[in-house]
Amino acid sequence: MLELCNIQYEVEGNKEILKDISLKIEEGFVALTGPNGGGKSTLAKIIAGLIKPTGGKIILDGEDITELSITERANKGISYAFQQPVRFKGLTVADLLTLAAGKNTSVKEACDILSEVGLCARDYVDREVNASLSGGELKRIEIAMIIARGTKFSIFDEPEAGIDLWSFNSLIKVFEKMHKEIKGSILIISHQERILNIADKIIVIANGQLQKIGTREEVLPELLDTTGECACNLLLEKNG
Amino acid sequence: MDSIEKNLLAEVAGIHEVPAGAYNIRANGALADRKTTANINIVTKTDKPGIDIIIAPGTKNESVHIPVIISQTGLKDLVYNDFFIGEDADVTIVAGCGIHNCGDQTAAHDGIHTFYLGKNSRVKYIEKHYGEGDGTGGRIMNPTTVVELSEGAVMEMETTQIRGIDSTNRITRAKLLDNASLIIKEKILTHGDQTAVSDFTVDLDGNNSSANVISRSVAKDYSKQTFLSRINGNNQCAGHTECDAIIMDHGSVTAMPQLTANHVDASLIHEAAIGKIAGEQLDKLMTLGLTEKEAEEQIINGFLK
Repeated sequence: MLELCNIQYEVEGNKEILKDISLKIEEGFVALTGPNGGGKSTLAKIIAGLIKPTGGKIILDGEDITELSITERANKGISYAFQQPVRFKGLTVADLLTLAAGKNTSVKEACDILSEVGLCARDYVDREVNASLSGGELKRIEIAMIIARGTKFSIFDEPEAGIDLWSFNSLIKVFEKMHKEIKGSILIISHQERILNIADKIIVIANGQLQKIGTREEVLPELLDTTGECACNLLLEKNG
Repeated sequence: MDSIEKNLLAEVAGIHEVPAGAYNIRANGALADRKTTANINIVTKTDKPGIDIIIAPGTKNESVHIPVIISQTGLKDLVYNDFFIGEDADVTIVAGCGIHNCGDQTAAHDGIHTFYLGKNSRVKYIEKHYGEGDGTGGRIMNPTTVVELSEGAVMEMETTQIRGIDSTNRITRAKLLDNASLIIKEKILTHGDQTAVSDFTVDLDGNNSSANVISRSVAKDYSKQTFLSRINGNNQCAGHTECDAIIMDHGSVTAMPQLTANHVDASLIHEAAIGKIAGEQLDKLMTLGLTEKEAEEQIINGFLK
């Protein structure tokens, strides 16, 4: 279980990106949603250790991990799929899967993982993760690395962005399979109703504040009860 | 051959025992071993130190290894090796120099390699430089490579110098006739106070000739690198040069691509990028459980692979 206690994040000029966020993420499938610029990715980076909060604590399974490095958190079971995957000149898909798994990945293992994300292993294992790959391909490789790690707490930052309709269904299957096999927590930052629809719990963050947290049944109707893309903004107004 | 020399040989030529095909092994300034084949002859020069490597026209899928190893401190070795590649031949040539210096005097190897490629011949040339030994004496290598490509000839040149060489000044000159093609891939990693200069000049004289000069390098500690790449388009031709460098610590890299088009149909491009390892690359690998140092190593190994 992951617990955030009074997390604050301020940048120069006293601009508050996150204001006193406290919440608990238990086992299961949790969706984090809210308007652009509301602080969702910042919160994900704070959990993974890429950003140090200016206040508050992060507790993983009862242990305070606020001061731990990215590496230490990764080794305690936190994985983070970036919103914008990183390119590496020279490192291949197989290299990254091996590093993610922490052991030599056999061709069969790599093949199984890549098929889960809809990539043909034969065409991809030896490909360099460089500018020759499309945004959608990079996204899938990013997700494949999280599958290879198989940790108890996985964060996906807008995994569906840039992915076509066909693979959207496969993506949902990937999350369901991970959930079934690992029994850990999967935190997905998303605006997609189809992802919110399978979440056990939904967290809404807007303007750096926790707006709402609850089960899908509690949160989703209110989110959908507004028109289209302005849903979260309206929610803000209601609460504000 | 002792174990130090055997190790040098493995590092620079990838050979552990006697290589297959033709070879000429030079150790501490003298011939150590040689083998010729029906199609590949190796002859010692009589006017100056060095050898002529003569490859018969039409020779296919054969290889020549010509490693040089130096394990004596203070030895300064200079050789002239000329390669005559017959028409339509297709061969792999592996050269390399390894220095083990545990003394206090400079050990140096200056190799001047000249390649004459006959019409439609193909050469893959692999050159590795390697230095080791804990002595205070310098390890210096100054290779000069001159390449003349006849009509339709193709040369692919891979040069690698990873660590160990204190000072290097690499000069490469190439001249290409009609339909000839040259690809140069250079990889360098310097550290400590090392200096490395790579100086390429390619004359695209022939119609439809092409050249691609690519350098990937890493400069660590206080090391300094200079990359000069001149491509002269003197006919309808295509030329591309690229320098991609990572600097770390107090390293320094200067990239000087220089293109000259002397023909209206010459198409020339240069690219150069120098910078430290991107923070997001380190972050990504650290989220996979690697320490910052391990992440750095993986990024550099991949970059220079």
